[in-house]
Amino acid sequence: MRVFMLGWEFPPFISGGLGTACYGLTKAMDHLGIEVTFVLPTMLESAHDSHVKLLAAGSHGQTAAFKFDPLKNVMFRTINSPLQPYSTPDVYQRQIEETLRLKQKNCGLASQLFGAVDYSGDMYSEVYRYAAVAAQLAEDEQFDIVHAHDWITYPAGILVAKMSGKPLIVHVHSTEFDRSGEHVNQMIYDIEREGMHAADRVITVSHFTRNNIISRYGVSGEKVEVVHNGVQRNGGGGWALAESGIDKDEKIVLFLGRITMQKGPEYFLAAAKKVLEKLDNVKFVMTGSGDMMHRAVEMAAGLGIGHKVLFTGFLRGQDVQKIYKMADLYVMPSVSEPFGIAPLEALENNVPVIISKQSGVSEVLKHALKVDFWDVDEIANKIVAVLEYPALQETLANYGNFEVRRLRWEDSARKCARIYEEALVAV
Amino acid sequence: MASVCFYFQVHQPLRLRHYTVFDKDDRYFDDYKNSSICRKVANKCYLPANRLLLDIIRRYEGRFRIAYSLTGVLLEQLLSFAPEVLSTFDALAETGCVEFLAETYYHSLSFLYSRDEFIEQVNKHIETIENLFGQKPRVFRNTELIYNNDLAALVESMGNFDAIMTEGADHILDFRSPNFIYRPNGCSKLKLLLKNYSLSDDIAFRFSNRAWSEWPLTAEKFARWISRANGNGYVVNLFMDYETFGEHQWKDTGIFDFMRHLPEHVLKHPDNDFKTPSEVIQCYEPVDTVDVPHLISWADIERDLSAWLGNAMQSNAIHELYRLEKEVKKAGNEKVITDWRKLQTSDHFYYMCTKYFADGDVHKYFNPYDSPYDSYINFMNVLGNLSSRCSSHAALDKTNIADRTMIHKNDLTGQATESTFCRLS
Repeated sequence: MRVFMLGWEFPPFISGGLGTACYGLTKAMDHLGIEVTFVLPTMLESAHDSHVKLLAAGSHGQTAAFKFDPLKNVMFRTINSPLQPYSTPDVYQRQIEETLRLKQKNCGLASQLFGAVDYSGDMYSEVYRYAAVAAQLAEDEQFDIVHAHDWITYPAGILVAKMSGKPLIVHVHSTEFDRSGEHVNQMIYDIEREGMHAADRVITVSHFTRNNIISRYGVSGEKVEVVHNGVQRNGGGGWALAESGIDKDEKIVLFLGRITMQKGPEYFLAAAKKVLEKLDNVKFVMTGSGDMMHRAVEMAAGLGIGHKVLFTGFLRGQDVQKIYKMADLYVMPSVSEPFGIAPLEALENNVPVIISKQSGVSEVLKHALKVDFWDVDEIANKIVAVLEYPALQETLANYGNFEVRRLRWEDSARKCARIYEEALVAV
Repeated sequence: MASVCFYFQVHQPLRLRHYTVFDKDDRYFDDYKNSSICRKVANKCYLPANRLLLDIIRRYEGRFRIAYSLTGVLLEQLLSFAPEVLSTFDALAETGCVEFLAETYYHSLSFLYSRDEFIEQVNKHIETIENLFGQKPRVFRNTELIYNNDLAALVESMGNFDAIMTEGADHILDFRSPNFIYRPNGCSKLKLLLKNYSLSDDIAFRFSNRAWSEWPLTAEKFARWISRANGNGYVVNLFMDYETFGEHQWKDTGIFDFMRHLPEHVLKHPDNDFKTPSEVIQCYEPVDTVDVPHLISWADIERDLSAWLGNAMQSNAIHELYRLEKEVKKAGNEKVITDWRKLQTSDHFYYMCTKYFADGDVHKYFNPYDSPYDSYINFMNVLGNLSSRCSSHAALDKTNIADRTMIHKNDLTGQATESTFCRLS
C-alpha cells in the first residue's frame, strides 16, 4: 500500500495538534509497512514567525530533540510556501510582505535558497498553487491512495485524485466552525465542503466532529468514519524546577494550547479568579500563542490576578515536557475541540486533566474531569478539588496515565489502512 | 426437608446534591432527586411487590413466610415521600409471617472504622423497627453482607442476636454447602446463615438474561432446583435486593408472575416449606464452624470490599469521615451528628468505585454521578463543610442532645405533618 499524503505541518515545524497527529499517524503507518509520501509546505523565512523565532533562539538542540526515528517508508516532499495551519488571510498577508522585505534585504541568500520562487499574493491563491505543485510532484510518484489533512490540502487532494484516478480520503482534524465559531470564513467553508463531498471516504478525529460535518456540511454519514488520535510515547526526562518564578510549594495549573477563541482562554482566567478566592498558593500558567493573547493578558490584569498568571509564549519539545513536569493540573476549557491531543500528553506526563465536554478527546478519556466550557464555577470547583485533595490528583493521574497507554497510533493507523482498502474496493 | 428462606434487602441511599467548594450552607441532600427516585421505585417495586407478597401470605394462610431488612435511611424517605409503602409494610408485619432483621440504621461501613458508632447505629435501627412493626429483630445482617469472625464475635457480645447472615462464598465454605446452619468461628451461641448465591442470583441477576441457557426461568423449574437440596441441607437461603422485583428485573420480564407461582410449586413437594431466618435457626443446629478471618461481602465476583474501598479516593474519603467522629460527637449538635451519619451510607463510597468504570456496567446503573471523580469531589466538599460546622458548634452549644430523632409508629397514621420525626425523650 502506498499513500500520497498531503499535510501542512510536521514536527518540528508545528504550531498545534495537526503536526503532532500527522507525525504519530505516519510513524505508525511506517511500522505497519505502509509507504507514505508526505507533501508539506515549508518556508524557511518563517523563522520570523512568532513560534519559529523561538526555535531559532532556542538553539539547534531543540530541533535535534525532534528528529524522527528513521522512518523507513516515509518520504518527505516539501513545497516552498508560507502556508500555516492556523493562519488567517490577514496574518498571511503580513507574513508575505515580511518575507518579501526580508528577501530584498538578504537578496543573495534568499535567491540562493529559493531561486525564483513565486509566492502568491493571498492565502487562497496560495492554497491552489500548493495544489498545482502537489499535482506536479504526484506525476513522479507511484501510489494507491490520496490522503489529505485539513482544508488547505483539500484542493490539492481533489486535483491529485482526479489526475491519478486514485481514491481520495480527507481527514478532518478541525473545521472552520471550530476555529471561528459561527463567524465562518465563507471561502474556507466552501473549500472544506468541496473536499468532503469530493472525497471517497472522510475520516474525522471524533464523533463530535463527525456530527459536526454531517449537520453543517451536509456530508452523508455513510462515508464518514471516526479514527481517534493516539498518543506518542515520549518517556519524559527528569527536569528540575527552573528559574521560572514559581516556588516549589506553589501549585501550578496549566493551560496549554493556542490562545484563541476556540480554546476558551477567557473561561480559564475566569475560573482562575474564582479559585484564587479560595486558595492563594496557586499560579496559573498559560502556554501558547494566538490572536487572543493580548486580550488574555489584559483580562488577567483586569481581573486583578495578573500576578498569579504567567504567559510563557509558545513552547515546544523539551520545554513542553518541562512545563508538564511542573504542572499539578492541566485544564482544557475548549469551546469547540475536534479532538485535543494535549490532554493525552499531559496524562502521559502524569498530570491530571480537566477537559471540556465539547471536545473529541472526552470521547476516549474516562479518567478525566469533564466540564462544560461555560461553567466557570464548576471548572473552579474542580480545580480546587484537584489541588486540595491529593487522593483525587493521584487517582486521576494514575488511572489516566494507564488509560492513555492504550490509545496507540498503531490502532489509528490500522483503522486508516482498513478505510484505504475499503475505498480501493469501491473504486 | 428443604426450607426456603427469603430475605429481601430494602434500601435507598440519600443522594447528595451538587455541592461545590464555594457552597456554604448545610443543605447536603438532593431532595428532588431522592423523592422522585423514591416514588419511582415505590411505584415500580415496593408497592406492587408488597401487595403481591401480602396476597400470597394470605392465600397460603401462614405457609408462605419471608424476611426483610429495611434500612433507616429508606424508612425516613418512605415516611417523607411514599408513606403508603410504610402502610403496606405494616400490613405485612401484621400477618405474623414476616420477620424484620437488624442492621446499621444508616447502611454504613461503621463496623470497619468505629465499633462504638456501629453499636449505636444498630441499636437505633432495632429501636426503629420495634417502634414501627412491634417486633424486636433477633437476626443481624451487616451492610452488603460484609462479614468476618470479628463481626460475629461483636454481634454475639451485643447479646440481642441469635444469628447473623453473610454470603455463602466458595472460599469460606471450602466445598461445604451453604444449605446448612453453621457456627461462626469463635462464637458459642450465635448461628450463621449463608446465602445460596447460585440460586439467589438465578432470580436476582439471571432471571431476564436471554443468553442464559436456563432462560426462561419458570417457577416450576426453580422449585425443582430447590427440592434438590433435600438430603443435602435443610435450608435454601435466597437473599437479594428487594428492587429485584420491578426495578432490576422489570415487570414485563414476568418476575412478579414467577413469584406469584413459586409457593405453589415449592409446596407441592411435601418436604418443602418456607421459613423465616429465626424459624430456621430454631429448627436446626449448626453442623460445623466457618472460619472467616478476612472480610467478605456479597458484591461483585471478588466478594470483597473493593467496590467501596478499592481506590485511594474511597479510602481517603472514608478515613476523613471517621476521623471527624470525635469532633462531631463533641460538638453535640443533633443535625451535625445526623448529617455525619447520613454521609456514612455505603453508597457514597460505591459511587467512587473505579473498578469497572472503564467498561461501564452494573455499577453505573446505580450511580447518580457521571464519574467516580465527580462523586468524590462532591463528597469531600460536603465533608469539608461539615467539618467546619463541628468547630463552630463546639463553641456554641454544649447542652444539645445527641442524635435522638426516631421514626415512630404514630407517624404512620397519615397525619404526618412537616415534622415527620417524633422525638423520644
